[in-house]
Amino acid sequence: MRDISIIVISAVLINNIVLSQFLGICPFLGVSKKVSSAVGMGLAVTFVLTFAGMITWFVQQFVLIPLEIEYLQTIAFILVIASLVQFVEMVVKKTSPDLYKALGVYLPLITTNCAVLGVSILNIQKTYGFLDSVVNSFANAIGFTLALVLMAGIRERLEDADIPASLKGLPISLITAALMSIAFMGFTGLI
Amino acid sequence: MNLAKTFSKGIINENPLFRLMLGMCPALAITTSVENGIGMGMAFTAVLLASNIVVSLLRKVIPDSIRIPCFIVVIASFVTITEMVMHAYAPALFESLGIFIPLIVVNCIILGRAEAFASKNGLVPSVMDALGMGLGYTLALVTVSAVREVLGAGTFLGIPIVGLIDNPALVMILPPGGFIALGCILALLNKMQQKKAQSN
Repeated sequence: MRDISIIVISAVLINNIVLSQFLGICPFLGVSKKVSSAVGMGLAVTFVLTFAGMITWFVQQFVLIPLEIEYLQTIAFILVIASLVQFVEMVVKKTSPDLYKALGVYLPLITTNCAVLGVSILNIQKTYGFLDSVVNSFANAIGFTLALVLMAGIRERLEDADIPASLKGLPISLITAALMSIAFMGFTGLI
Repeated sequence: MNLAKTFSKGIINENPLFRLMLGMCPALAITTSVENGIGMGMAFTAVLLASNIVVSLLRKVIPDSIRIPCFIVVIASFVTITEMVMHAYAPALFESLGIFIPLIVVNCIILGRAEAFASKNGLVPSVMDALGMGLGYTLALVTVSAVREVLGAGTFLGIPIVGLIDNPALVMILPPGGFIALGCILALLNKMQQKKAQSN
């Protein structure tokens, strides 16, 4: 139990996937203009990342290692993730049209979200067991959602702020992210 | 469009990082030293070149409806090859770039060039496009990492800079430094562009 809480705290706050590991920067900057779309994207990533963590673990343990083809990890994982995203899209569309409407646009974008592939590979590199992998994937997704929603909240207010012309758009977002990243560094001593 | 233009557009006008804002993750993560920047740029260029060549050669064979998965498999294969070559011949660089080597697979620039350029053009223009884009991305990575290494560690390519080494701003090589450096460089480029637009 203690191990799991350490994994969660470390993934959500200390080594936040966006602000300290730089994974998933594209959606972090692209989909953080409004809080509502940030929440949608966060949900979709949480969904896919948790399942991807589960399935890639099984693929690694029961396909790649027994066949001694670990070097095909990158290819195998990206294919698993791409088909998983497609599959999730189909299932959600059939079972819950409301959720599909909320997540719809964000789902296809997730295949190229490096957070999903990144966390799946990190799970294997850190030699996590099944439960740890799933918890780590889920916690990283929560960390992603947290950073994304916070950023969207700030950017909604930035709209009204008086920003120098050359800083408008991406530069000010990056500098905002830098300040958030400094704030998250304050969690370092937590465990 | 002639070949020279195809080559040079990737370096300035359509620089993948500074103009198209693609491939941000590695540009923020591994740019803690110039050496890393160059290494990442070279690995990236190698994958882009190989994938552009293969995609452009196979462009008439690949069915339109499944082209994206095909491109991803091509890219992933070359990333795996690059990864193994780097592991064998440049183990130190392999260690310091870490997870960002396999993550070249999901770098939007490579898939973007395959989709937007190589799948529509012949072999020679695709090669020029890959070289130009690769060089542009490498230069951008080197710029960001030079700013971070000089300010954050007081060195350039590991060589100490007299007068700066005593109290470097450590924050620049920590995660926040990546955001600050890239944000300021982009703001500077915007400023230069506005000046240029005004004087015209």
